Amino acid sequence: MATIEQFRTCPTTGLKVHLAAENLIKANAVVAVVFLAVGGLFGLMVALTRWPAVHLLPADWFYLALTAHGLDVLLVWIIFFEVAILYFASAVLLNCRLAAPRVAWVAFALMLIGAVLANITVLQGQSSVMFTSYVPMPAAPNFYLSLIIFAVGALIACFVFFGTLVIAKEEKTYQGSIPLVTFGAMTAAIIAVFTLAAGAIILVPTWLWSIGYISDIDPLTYKLVWWAMGHSSQQINVSAHVAVWYAIAAIVLGAKPISEKVSRSAFLLYILFLQLASAHHLLAEPGISSEWKIFNTSYMMYLAVLGSMIHGLTVPGAIEAAQRRRGLTNGIFEWLRKAPWGNPAFAGMFLSLVMFGFLGGITGVVLGTEQLNLLMHNTLYVPGHFHGTVVAGTTLAFMSVTYLVIPLIFRRDLVLKKVAQIQPYLFGIGAGGISLFMMGAGTLGVARRHWDIGFADAVLRFEYPEVAILMLGLNGICAVLASLGGISYVVVVVGSVLFGKKMGESKLAAPVAPVTSTAGVVGEYGNAGTLKLPGTIVLVSVFMMAFILYYVVNWKYLSEIWPLR
Amino acid sequence: MSHSEPRQDGGEDERVPFMQRLLDNPFLLLFIGVTVPTVFYIIWGVMEIAQIPIAP
Repeated sequence: MATIEQFRTCPTTGLKVHLAAENLIKANAVVAVVFLAVGGLFGLMVALTRWPAVHLLPADWFYLALTAHGLDVLLVWIIFFEVAILYFASAVLLNCRLAAPRVAWVAFALMLIGAVLANITVLQGQSSVMFTSYVPMPAAPNFYLSLIIFAVGALIACFVFFGTLVIAKEEKTYQGSIPLVTFGAMTAAIIAVFTLAAGAIILVPTWLWSIGYISDIDPLTYKLVWWAMGHSSQQINVSAHVAVWYAIAAIVLGAKPISEKVSRSAFLLYILFLQLASAHHLLAEPGISSEWKIFNTSYMMYLAVLGSMIHGLTVPGAIEAAQRRRGLTNGIFEWLRKAPWGNPAFAGMFLSLVMFGFLGGITGVVLGTEQLNLLMHNTLYVPGHFHGTVVAGTTLAFMSVTYLVIPLIFRRDLVLKKVAQIQPYLFGIGAGGISLFMMGAGTLGVARRHWDIGFADAVLRFEYPEVAILMLGLNGICAVLASLGGISYVVVVVGSVLFGKKMGESKLAAPVAPVTSTAGVVGEYGNAGTLKLPGTIVLVSVFMMAFILYYVVNWKYLSEIWPLR
Repeated sequence: MSHSEPRQDGGEDERVPFMQRLLDNPFLLLFIGVTVPTVFYIIWGVMEIAQIPIAP
């Protein structure tokens, strides 16, 4: 059992922080940011190559950079940061010791070895198979091995999280049910276990195939099982960033969920159905029945979407309830107008919430509809959609919570505060633009994963409308904006961790200071106790109208290019 | 196994609703969260692929 000396008390939230957990949170968060910087650089090079007027990289480097970009940001940055969140949401929010810190360090080492080996292997140039690494296109054996090592480390970290939940219950460090943020993190951990197990099921035989022990792997079976990992890993992100939204709202505004039960039920819908959305990557496969496709992507996925729409109502609802409790009751939107927009944690969180819903969420439903999927399958629309979810949604949410993690966990004051205040807007606008313009180009048929969309050297060239080229140029400009936002983030984070003023036992200071003294609600179970939320109802109505309109417009578009006579 | 919790006022035990018992059990949720996609996505999907005739 941990002794009292192994804990400190957070002066802002009043939570007990296990020092071993704190060190692991720091290590995972730092490595995550390093890989975000590396992966972001590769992403900028990809976007500048897709911009026809720039066309930066030669073909072999384009595919190499695209592989490294996907690997570093979709997997390494996100999973390292999620492990930090899992340790925070268990040990810190439940006021208990972390289960088996030494095992957690082994998990960290495995993930780091896997991530470094994957990057080295890709940079050697024999593994430019892109993130999906579809067989029979071969990569070097170390490519698959590195992913297996990384996945084993991440799986161990998930079980350290579950072990910590057991310890907290055994030692009665919390009353009643676990707090909502911990429940959201648990949802992410459950999805992670399925994801990583599916990864092992497919990557172990593929590794054996790459070294000659297995003669061949069925490409369609590979694709099916690989997407159980590839898409579900993005569902870990959704659960984790929704938990982060609730956490930031609680710490900055003292916001409690409108209804714990409803929000927890929405997470249950994620646990049950979110992973099934992986099927939308196979909607154009002729060998699989419509029953399987429609059951997994329409009927079941819509239940997961219902979960997201509940969170889309309850997160702004919780914020509105907290703001109205502070006396901001004039009109419908005073609570929103007078929200702490200069606080980078809050600003980034709210932008992430809005863009995830409007850009990533709505388009995800369109992509998951079997008939509509034919409009944009394997076009740039797909990366446009997931840049709306993973970049404008998850990455921006994780960046936002970092501004609280630095003072709360690293106990350092932020440096370059003005830069920190601008950063979420810069990155958010850039990431939103990347998503929007890639989807625009994809709607016009521009292929994804293609170095030369016009087939310039081919006998038969292909001409896209001029507006598609414009979209790719705008995508490049937005990538530059997002990169400036990303560089600002890395500079503020690294500068604060290395050179920030030591805070000792001081509370959070401007610009991230909470507006109330109730930041401790982040570690409690409880409801806001009001349903009088006119502003949130208006916002949600606007979202629903946009959703219906966009869905109907796509059916009309489909009917025009595929007339039934 | 009893599904009730002692009341703070020392009175009779209050029955915990099914949904709360479910949501408070991380390992049952883990089991469900792994089983549902394994059955509906992976196993059903592999069965579909296995039924595709081999080209002559």
